[in-house]
Amino acid sequence: MNKKLFAPQKKPQRSIQEVLTFRAVFLQVVFFILALLLCVRLFFLTCFQYNHFATLSLKNQMKILPVTPPRGIILDRNGVILAENRPVYVLEVIPEHVKKLEESLANIQKILPSLTADDIQRFQKERKQHRRDTPSVLKMHLSLEEVAIFASHQYKFPGFHISAKLMRHYPFKKKMAHIIGYVGRINEHELKTIDNLNYQGTNFIGKQGIEKYYEDILHGTVGYEQVETNVNGKIIRVLSKQPPVSGRKIYLTIDARLQKIAYKALKGVEGSVALIDVKNGGVLALVSRPSFNPNLFTTGISSKDYKELLNSKERPLFHRAVRGLYPPASTVKPFMAIAGLEGGAVNEKFGIRDPGWFMLPGVSHRYRDWKRTGHGTVNVSRAVMVSCDIFFYTLGHKLGINSIASMMSKFGFGELTGIDIPEELPGIMPSPIWKKAKKHQSWYPGDTIITSIGQGFWLASPLQLAQAAAILSQKGVGYKLHMLNKMIDENDNQIIYSPIAKSPIELSDPHYWQIVHDAMHAVITNNEGTGYRFGRDAFYPVAGKTGTAQVFALSQNDHNKKTIITNKYLKDHSWFIAFAPVESPEVAIAVMVEHEMTASQVARQVLDAYFQGRNNEFIKENISAH
Amino acid sequence: MRIKNSPTYKLPRLGLHIDLPLMILILLLAAFGLIILYSAGGQSMAVLMRQSMRLISAFFLMFFLSFIPPHKYKSWTPTLYFIGLLLLIAVMIIGRIGKGAQRWLDLGFFRFQPSEIMKLAVPMMIAWYIDKKKIPMSLPTIIISASLMLIPCALIAKQPDLGTAIMVAIAGGSVLFAAGLAWQFFALLAISGAVAAPFLWHFLHDYQKKRLITLLHPEQDPLGSGYHIIQSKIAIGSGGTFGKGWLNGTQAHLNFLPEHATDFIFAVCGEEFGLIGGIIIITLLTIIALRGIYIAKNAHSTFTRLLATSLISTFFLSGFVNIAMVMGVLPVVGIPLPLVSYGGTAMLTFFAFFGVIMSIGTHHIMFEEKVR
Repeated sequence: MNKKLFAPQKKPQRSIQEVLTFRAVFLQVVFFILALLLCVRLFFLTCFQYNHFATLSLKNQMKILPVTPPRGIILDRNGVILAENRPVYVLEVIPEHVKKLEESLANIQKILPSLTADDIQRFQKERKQHRRDTPSVLKMHLSLEEVAIFASHQYKFPGFHISAKLMRHYPFKKKMAHIIGYVGRINEHELKTIDNLNYQGTNFIGKQGIEKYYEDILHGTVGYEQVETNVNGKIIRVLSKQPPVSGRKIYLTIDARLQKIAYKALKGVEGSVALIDVKNGGVLALVSRPSFNPNLFTTGISSKDYKELLNSKERPLFHRAVRGLYPPASTVKPFMAIAGLEGGAVNEKFGIRDPGWFMLPGVSHRYRDWKRTGHGTVNVSRAVMVSCDIFFYTLGHKLGINSIASMMSKFGFGELTGIDIPEELPGIMPSPIWKKAKKHQSWYPGDTIITSIGQGFWLASPLQLAQAAAILSQKGVGYKLHMLNKMIDENDNQIIYSPIAKSPIELSDPHYWQIVHDAMHAVITNNEGTGYRFGRDAFYPVAGKTGTAQVFALSQNDHNKKTIITNKYLKDHSWFIAFAPVESPEVAIAVMVEHEMTASQVARQVLDAYFQGRNNEFIKENISAH
Repeated sequence: MRIKNSPTYKLPRLGLHIDLPLMILILLLAAFGLIILYSAGGQSMAVLMRQSMRLISAFFLMFFLSFIPPHKYKSWTPTLYFIGLLLLIAVMIIGRIGKGAQRWLDLGFFRFQPSEIMKLAVPMMIAWYIDKKKIPMSLPTIIISASLMLIPCALIAKQPDLGTAIMVAIAGGSVLFAAGLAWQFFALLAISGAVAAPFLWHFLHDYQKKRLITLLHPEQDPLGSGYHIIQSKIAIGSGGTFGKGWLNGTQAHLNFLPEHATDFIFAVCGEEFGLIGGIIIITLLTIIALRGIYIAKNAHSTFTRLLATSLISTFFLSGFVNIAMVMGVLPVVGIPLPLVSYGGTAMLTFFAFFGVIMSIGTHHIMFEEKVR
């Protein structure tokens, strides 16, 4: 049958007419079948795979975009802005929409010469951390002129666009750099720890200081926008919106005026100042100098600038106030006096004759006094006033290292102050246990002797000394140090920081406090006091104590020869701690000046500024009392 | 001379040689095409007007061609074919001088593609040649007929314009098929095609190879050449039974679907009118084809029968290949959807086809011809 129908040339009896007609009919059948096949395929796509394709179609057009919350601004106690958000123009690239990225980058460099190789390198690195369909920043801080130039060339650069962004700005620049810290681009390490959902639209994260410590509060909560986009990612319309919750506004205890004055007081030297409110532990000023401009970091610092900062001999990136660990030296003497009185090693009347040196029984080594000739007859008050080493050698030797260490840790030595700066270091309060654990050596009696005058293994930060002075001024009552004063959320609800009291130091006789307070007052006011450089003309009563931290230890014999050290970096550091007013203390201060003896003058300038800010009545009252 | 009394579709009062059912079907398809195009073209009145103007001029061309009696076509056939062939060679030489693809011949006031002429000239020439010889065809007849088709095909494919080359091959092949070419030849063609495929592969342009690979695995390269297929399948599939509604297709309007006004316009129809819209197009195409074959069947000479069969087959198979390609069944080749896709040249060619078919259908008195 088939053969008959389908092989017409073998059946010559079949007419041409029949052949042609048959083939035509056959074609009609074929067309019908082909049409049917198309319909089946169409049915399959539209009915069986409808859900699959409908989802893909929605995915194509709908996008959920994160809306970055504005970062909370940071203000000082009086509302002066310390960190704010400024609008800047940013050139961004969506790599998915760029066909020849390298070529486009080279071309865009031609029209925007300010785009450096550094920028491109940074962009290439950032791009790899992002999805291909999300923008990565190519260049920050475009000038208005550059924005105009780019706009006129934009059609040549699909996938490139300019957006206005809020950029962190620190108006006090170097003066606040260490405490406020700065924000920078989120790095790979941080990427693992942050809440990726909340940081979807965020490029920056607090890297140091307050910015880092209060990152959670400052960041806010990301918002979302559901948008319809076309194939180029261009937003056609916004379908729905969930606004972001902006970060909270933070008020610090810092007083910008005092911070500025303290910064200026350290001009030309390396050092730091810590000024704290003794009534609640709030930090009024915390300066480390030299410093750096944190605004460099928000834009992505160039590797050259960064190297310069890193390799500078003055170490501007180093936060001396909380990370600078120095031997506290003679500034520990008031605290040692409290420890000696409380531990019974000395009493108010106990006196020694100071020949200028001290020897441990059975050892020939002579521990010298800073004053070669000695101070004559010395009791505890005089010892603090003239900073007599020999008295405290004796006191320390009698008291023993364990009693010393236990009392000093009550003053906060060797422990973190708990201030809201993440970089803080605890320092070292040496003890036999510590030495065993860290140095694998046993404790020698000689160790106790040098510890008694704050040398040896003992290391403390300026902030720790300010804290110890504050506890002393309040006769044992101390507060956890803090810089947060209050925060305000977007509904204007205030959350005020309430000070956290530490467990107070209880002495068997509270009179001991007075003995030390008086002795410290004498440091400033007495002719023989070591604090003469501070100046007794201050219009407020001050209790203070000086200190000289040895950098380069001279041998015993050299000491006599009064070798003059010419190398600046081998010169001693100077300390000054104080609280004022003596009778009802308000503030405590610690100043460290490296390789210069000017700590007390710096403290004077800062305290003057503090009290000048008070009302005139106070000044009158106290000048008469002076 | 045997004159069959077939029903007349001549409209005596107007003097038009119009096949009314075919005319109505063409109008329906073209009208539906305009509706889809309005949406696919981004609701641009300019696009719509331009396409309408083309349609009107194409209708005039059809009316004009339907007036010419079939025997005139027959007598012009060799001339038309050889002119077409010469133009193809001319285009090739100009293309050599210029760079890249050269399909157009610029006559200053008018640009046209000689390959379009061949869509008509090749089936005419083969029908003319077979008509001169005997049916059933002898082997030399078959070989010469095949050569008449393959030479222009090769020239067009070289341009490179694979879509048109395939259409010309379909046109020529369908004449041979309609003339009763033995099944064995088609089987032989299929086998030799399969054997030659690996060799032919080397002659394909890179983009053509890519399209073939992409057809098999579109997901391998979702942003490259697989993109067309994926996006058009999304458009059609997401249309569902009734579609997203006219002007509501997101795939086309947000530019996810490429070439949505031209080669991929069927996907827009599928997205906005769903299964129903797709079936309407397929049905119209099929009924037009069936009507065309009916006219061919009733034609009075071997030449006209073969020619009409070939032209209507080319029309239908173009539509089939286009729709199958848009639905991801056949590789992406540049074949437009007849009467619907935006663009003038292809439209004119198809209306010329219908003009010739109508001429064949309405001139039923053939003076010097009879069916042998």
